[in-house]
Amino acid sequence: MSDYNELYQQIILEHNKKPRNFRVLDSANAYALGKNPLCGDQFAVYTQLDSEGKIEDIGFQGDGCAIAKASASLMTNAVKGKTRAEALQMREEFQQLLRGELDESAPHHLGRLTILSGVREYPVRVKCATLAWHTLGAALQGQSEATTE
Amino acid sequence: MAQPVLDEISSSPVPPVISPLTEAEALRLREDFPVLRQQVHGKPLVYLDNAATTQKPQVVIDRITNYYAHENGTVRRGVYKLSEQSTRDFDATRVKVAQMLNAASPSEIIFTRGTTEAINLVAATYGRTFIQAGDEILISAMEHHANLVPWQQLCLEKGATLQVAPITDAGELDMAEFDRLLTDKVKFVAIGHVSNALGTVNPIKAIIEKAHALNIPVLVDGAQSAPHMAVDLQALDCDFFAFSGHKLYGPTGVGVLYGKMKHLEAMPPYQFGGDMIYSVSFEKTTFAKPPAKFEAGTPAIAEVIALGTAVDYVTAIGLDRIGAYENELLTYATARMLEIPEVRLIGTAPEKAGILSFVLQGAHPHDIGTILDREGIALRAGHHCAQPIMQRFGLPATARASFSFYNTRDDIDALVQAVKVVVKLFN
Repeated sequence: MSDYNELYQQIILEHNKKPRNFRVLDSANAYALGKNPLCGDQFAVYTQLDSEGKIEDIGFQGDGCAIAKASASLMTNAVKGKTRAEALQMREEFQQLLRGELDESAPHHLGRLTILSGVREYPVRVKCATLAWHTLGAALQGQSEATTE
Repeated sequence: MAQPVLDEISSSPVPPVISPLTEAEALRLREDFPVLRQQVHGKPLVYLDNAATTQKPQVVIDRITNYYAHENGTVRRGVYKLSEQSTRDFDATRVKVAQMLNAASPSEIIFTRGTTEAINLVAATYGRTFIQAGDEILISAMEHHANLVPWQQLCLEKGATLQVAPITDAGELDMAEFDRLLTDKVKFVAIGHVSNALGTVNPIKAIIEKAHALNIPVLVDGAQSAPHMAVDLQALDCDFFAFSGHKLYGPTGVGVLYGKMKHLEAMPPYQFGGDMIYSVSFEKTTFAKPPAKFEAGTPAIAEVIALGTAVDYVTAIGLDRIGAYENELLTYATARMLEIPEVRLIGTAPEKAGILSFVLQGAHPHDIGTILDREGIALRAGHHCAQPIMQRFGLPATARASFSFYNTRDDIDALVQAVKVVVKLFN
């Protein structure tokens, strides 16, 4: 087994091929466009927040590699139903995971998102995995644009 | 008495017969490049990112080492031995570059940091002086950012208009549209000799002739041509030509701008400081003649001298033989890649240099790049600093294999094998 099989696990390939919530959300009340200037990839993230800041629905669209698209797909599933604060906490933990700074044995909120921990071994691909999270963070904080730079 | 017809036939130009490098020669030359002897992720390195930068032969590496170990002295201003020797070697590169490109004079060769700075120099000096509001600058839709952004910014500054000649689906310049856009409003043409993202070789001689018929100067971006084909500047008659040292087997941080002397004399200096002056007082400064006028400050001495060694190296092999061999590699690679049904080539012009840009159904170029890297293959995945080309083809990015004379058919077979692995994983 080649070492990139650790990165391109079946679940990532499957989310890349059939991304969840890959749609424009007409009812969105928070939206941002995220770009990775290095490669030209970009995702739009649409969120529908209720009056208490809970993510009732979420969608994304755009172009990206398998890592970026699978990460975005997994992210949308993971944050649905979470509050703004909880989603931002997950974003922080996800970034810590990819920086190798998260103690995975201690309690965290990432659940199956840790499947992307293999990206740590590919430093230039970390921006791919975090593009959707940067974009979600911008949308939740009232900014319309995000960048991985 | 009229000459017989036979004489007319015998005096017509006969295209020179170029014998490409043989694969055996390529394998021998490959031994000159220490970086190619390594393994990456446990696999032999297959280096196919030569359009981004080429590897360096041992003679170039040794030249830099020797310079710093034994020769380091500033150029042009010292009266001691080290400085005199550095100055002599520095200027020798100017002569070598002029000879390689068949410039009329070494004084028309200006050292810059690279192609990007060379083009910026022309935009900042010639452009700011001679482009006025209402003028047009004509480029092509296949320019990389270095031959687009400086002209775009100049147009913004001056109130001029950037005209962009479109390209066809094959990645060829649409010459009918180019002709239509080349009006007397155009005051400058800037065109890539070879597209870094598509491999297309543009018909620059015809373009220069058309532009000159309207007295329009032409800058040729030679970043992807100078290292891969014989270039004759006087035969082309272009006004400016730019290339980078590091793409021609030389060091990074050094490049060349060629300019016709009549332009260089008319242009103001680019930067101000030491070495570019004739005399200075607090009241007034007068400037040196070209090329010193455009080379302010201490230059990249070691890099320029080692570029001279790189020029010697490729000249000894023969740039025409290098180009012919790389074309053979391209033909082989194109045929082999098209054996894979999921492969789509981007850039299929009949006239191409050794650049093969492609996309794969179901796999993003970045994923191709990562998996190929783990198979020991280095190629470029991205927009190649040519985002408008990607937009033209409706793509975020491509994967690009680009060839050098040290590549072989085995390298291409390794590429094809690895691409098949990607196809299997993603489909």
